[in-house]
Amino acid sequence: MEDDAPVIYGLEFQARALTSQTAESDAIRFLVGTQSLKFDNQIHIIDFDDENNIISKSVLLHQAGEIWHISASPADKAVLSTCYNKNATQLLSIFVATSESRVVTCGAVWRMPPEWESGSHESPDDPHNSHNPQNLELLCHLDNSAHGNASSVLWEPMGDGTRVISLADNHALLWDLTESSTQATISSSATLEGKGQLKFTSGKWGPHHNCTQLATANDTAIRGWDLRTMSQIYCIENAHGQLVRDLDFNPNKQYYLASCGDDCKVKFWDVRNINEPVKSLEEHSHWVWSVRYNHSHDQLVLTGSSDSRVILSNMVSISSEPFGHLVDDDDLSDGEDNHQYDKSKEPLQDSIISTYEEHEDSVYAVEWSSADPWLFASLSYDGRLVINRVPRALKYHILL
Amino acid sequence: MDGDICATATTPPDSDPARKRRVHGMLKLYYGLNEEGKTVDQAESMNPCDINGTHFDPEVYLNKLRRECSLGELMDQESCMVKQIRSLDSDMQTLVYENYNKFISATDTIRKMKNDFKKMEDEMDCLSTNMAAITEFSAHISGTLQDQHAQITKLSGVHTLLRKLQFLFELPARLNKCLELQAYSQAVSSHRRARCVLQQYSHMPSFRGIQDDCHAIMDKLAQELRQKFRDGGSSAKDLSECVELLLQLDEPAEELCDKFLIHAQSRLEANLRGLEAELRPPLSSGPTSVIDPSIGPARRLSAAPTAGSPTDPTSLGNPFLSSSSRTDILEFIDRGCNEFVSSLCLVIASYQELFVNRPQEGNLASKNIPHMAIGKLHAFVDAMATCYFSLVERRIQEEKSVGDNSLLVRALDRFHRRLQAVAKLLPGSAVPSQGTEIVVRAARERIQQYLAALQSFYLDSLRDVRQALAAPRLGGSSAGGGSHLAGPATGKDAPASLPELLSSLSASILNQIKSVMASVQLFTAKDITFSNKPYFKGEFCSQGVRESLVVNFIKFVCQSSRQFCESVGDRGGSTPPALLLLLSRLCLDYETSTITYILTLTDEQFLVQVLFNHEKCVQGLIISQMLRKSVETRDWVNTIEPRNVRAVMKRVVEDTTSIDVQVSLLYEEGTRKAHSSDSSKRTFSVYSGSRQQTRYAPSYTPSAAMDTNFLSNIHKLFSERIDIFSPVEFNKVSVVTGIIKISLKTFLECVRLRTFGRYGLQQIQVDCNYLQMYLWRFVSDENLVHFLLDEIVGSTAHRCLDPAPMEQSVIEVICERG
Repeated sequence: MEDDAPVIYGLEFQARALTSQTAESDAIRFLVGTQSLKFDNQIHIIDFDDENNIISKSVLLHQAGEIWHISASPADKAVLSTCYNKNATQLLSIFVATSESRVVTCGAVWRMPPEWESGSHESPDDPHNSHNPQNLELLCHLDNSAHGNASSVLWEPMGDGTRVISLADNHALLWDLTESSTQATISSSATLEGKGQLKFTSGKWGPHHNCTQLATANDTAIRGWDLRTMSQIYCIENAHGQLVRDLDFNPNKQYYLASCGDDCKVKFWDVRNINEPVKSLEEHSHWVWSVRYNHSHDQLVLTGSSDSRVILSNMVSISSEPFGHLVDDDDLSDGEDNHQYDKSKEPLQDSIISTYEEHEDSVYAVEWSSADPWLFASLSYDGRLVINRVPRALKYHILL
Repeated sequence: MDGDICATATTPPDSDPARKRRVHGMLKLYYGLNEEGKTVDQAESMNPCDINGTHFDPEVYLNKLRRECSLGELMDQESCMVKQIRSLDSDMQTLVYENYNKFISATDTIRKMKNDFKKMEDEMDCLSTNMAAITEFSAHISGTLQDQHAQITKLSGVHTLLRKLQFLFELPARLNKCLELQAYSQAVSSHRRARCVLQQYSHMPSFRGIQDDCHAIMDKLAQELRQKFRDGGSSAKDLSECVELLLQLDEPAEELCDKFLIHAQSRLEANLRGLEAELRPPLSSGPTSVIDPSIGPARRLSAAPTAGSPTDPTSLGNPFLSSSSRTDILEFIDRGCNEFVSSLCLVIASYQELFVNRPQEGNLASKNIPHMAIGKLHAFVDAMATCYFSLVERRIQEEKSVGDNSLLVRALDRFHRRLQAVAKLLPGSAVPSQGTEIVVRAARERIQQYLAALQSFYLDSLRDVRQALAAPRLGGSSAGGGSHLAGPATGKDAPASLPELLSSLSASILNQIKSVMASVQLFTAKDITFSNKPYFKGEFCSQGVRESLVVNFIKFVCQSSRQFCESVGDRGGSTPPALLLLLSRLCLDYETSTITYILTLTDEQFLVQVLFNHEKCVQGLIISQMLRKSVETRDWVNTIEPRNVRAVMKRVVEDTTSIDVQVSLLYEEGTRKAHSSDSSKRTFSVYSGSRQQTRYAPSYTPSAAMDTNFLSNIHKLFSERIDIFSPVEFNKVSVVTGIIKISLKTFLECVRLRTFGRYGLQQIQVDCNYLQMYLWRFVSDENLVHFLLDEIVGSTAHRCLDPAPMEQSVIEVICERG
């Protein structure tokens, strides 16, 4: 069983923001935000045709500034949010004029122009298309000048696209988007108190407990928040030896959480017992920037690191299907796996499935496709986007 | 068609078979049977000129002939046709004749058959009447025999009953005979067969009598069996047979278990006594206290058999002989294993065979024998093992000499290994864990002994040094008092100079510690079974060896030094000041180098397995952390024009230098330095003391017998940890290279997260230049540093709002100044 070769797509600019289009469940589509101080930044919408192994892209201009974080609305395909640095040229002018400026990172919600989809599916090297990109339509700013720099904007998982959280320095702000997302009002906020300059580095809105939980990372600690009271519910001090870079919730086990950080480790936590991780992986040789559970098969965990590697691990022992998928599972509704399963097969061992070394620079983002659970993309700083698939042998092993 | 006809005509008449076939073919054709040539026929048959076809039209044929042929040909044709017609006619005649003949013969045959059948019909009738008669007769006969058959059944019933009765009546006699012949099993089986019958008919006096007789006999038999069982001399097989029979005789199993165990106990005790005899007689009490009377379920009954236990002359012969000549511990344990442990295993095995694993039958099952039996067995084994363990422990405690540790370790290993057999036989027993406890205790004790030995050694050498110091005043002849020590003390005539004394002292102490380490390391050798017990994997290394042995020793050294100081204060001048000076220097050195070294040694030998798992290149991480903080906390957009290299960079270079010194020290001292986290932490705190370390470096001679596996592990460790781009060799340069690579990579990542102003970029340029100036000499390939630094500057320029780089010359000036 040969696996398809990875598909590589190159952006002109450096990039570190990647997301899959959450509301899109048919097409395999990823959004990439570029980082450039000198040129207009772009959002590349990358469509992958699974059958023909062809990538097609369309480009939207994001003139507001370089993009540090991007996320897509779970309800409306056309809506997305970014965290960006104010446009460099503006910044420079301020800088020259006042010699007293700061790099400010803002959050905003955008709508893709409705035409982007029609007739824009030319091949990537169509000069016309890439030279005349359309602008994003600004819906609203998540205006947080009082609260500092936004590090990420999180949409309510499986929500109706009206609630977002933005993490700004040491504040977590819960916004209500009204009037078709053109108005954003803060409905509640939580502040991280403590010594020193505390700053959220990343966060994740938990899909469990009716979406009332938020997990955030600051420095070496991981904190859980209850969104109803906006109060801290747990805190894993020194979760990692150094900075925690990313978090992800297990989509199927409500108390499980994965984290990664500068100590080159990926740790798996049961938040009911925060004293020690359930499992700890140490496969990367430099900082781990991103960790993602597969949306359907939570044994598949993807990590991306600045050692330019992407590692796909199979964490069966702590997944929701430690002995393979059981037929009498209550939750047979997740679609694609309605086969008869052979329960007698050996339970799989935790293992590294494969290490992907297509990148030549640090990998800052990895993301599973929201349409195809066996497909994922990774993005490295030099603007290389690689689309890979779970090895077929493993896929059939999990399914059958 | 013409050809066809001609061919027919010209066919030689003598080719008979061919002709016949042709005739047949034609007949077939006539009757429409032709199959094979159907398609051909169809094509031809449409031709009205085909003389053989169905659609033959004579008129057309004739017209055709007439039109096409000349007169001669017509004549020929005619004669040919006449000839053919003639031959066809004769063929037909022959066929008709043949058919007629066959018809006639068939008619004859049918007529004959008709006659035969008539005869057969008569015979059949006769047969059926005969059969009816036979059926009638048979019914009659069976009717007649009915009565007799019933009678016979009854008679045979009576016969068997009589046989049974006879068996019953003969039973007492038979049992008696069996008893005489000692065929116990036969007796028991006979009795068992009769028992329920007798029970059922016991209201009849005669049966009653038999039953009573039987009971009496069986009682006697049981008595005899019990006697035999009690009688220790019988073999294991006999014993088990006895138990089997007794159990069948409804003997209470509990009692049997007890008896069996008592019996076994007596034998085991004999073994134990043999072992004890080998021990030096305890000072306080005589050999009577082998068996602790307060333990075991067999306590009630233990007195008698212990007192009068049959002693195996062979097992007791030895101890008497050897009680004077002491055996070493390995022999002792060996003997213990061979005699006690193996017979214990035997007992357990046979016991389980008898009481626990036997098939449950009838009423025996209800009593839940196995449960009770296992409980008893556990108690018994525990009791016996406790006795054994107390003996072993006494023996181990006698092992006071610290000389050869391998013997003890091997003995303990054997001890532990043999106990695994018990564990296998008797799962859930506390014995193996107790055994492990003993091993652990022995190991601990051994460590204590080593500590004591080290301490006394230290005091000795200190005393020698004092003497040596005092010696110059006395003439210096006895300066080398420490020459008998393991270490290379300054055994020479001339008065030792202070540094020499110092070096010899510390070297000898180190050597001593090393040898102790080597012997303690035996406990964790791969081929020792208990080395993979959790205790030996973790606690032994960290707690036992590291803390209690090494650290305690160091504490002791400190303490004794302090005592010296105090005594100076007390008595004033009784300690030579030179000694004090020397001690203080020694302590200083220890603080800086030796302790690190010893701990490194300890760590590497004992914590390696543990540490490999969370090994980190802490230096690299610390530098990384430093760099990260420095990059993250600064506002690079609004920074001022660079005037200096940032202090952080200087710190990085300093730290790298110190790491380099440290690593080179470890590397030179022997090629086996694990770069453990502890030692590396320490290296930071003792940076200033590195001068002294180098001074002692040559005395730590590399040991050639370093196991290569270990080296390869280290190699793997480092190549995995530090490797960003390429695998690392285990040597100083590679380690430092790895650290620098990690640090610079971190720097790069941090830079990419920031936005820079013009001066921010210039500051980075300055910093990188500075780093380049100082870091290249630490790494194996300076291009690597260049590459990474270029990358950093490149990334910074990329992230810079106003990329206006600084002049190289200015940068150099600033760096030189820094």
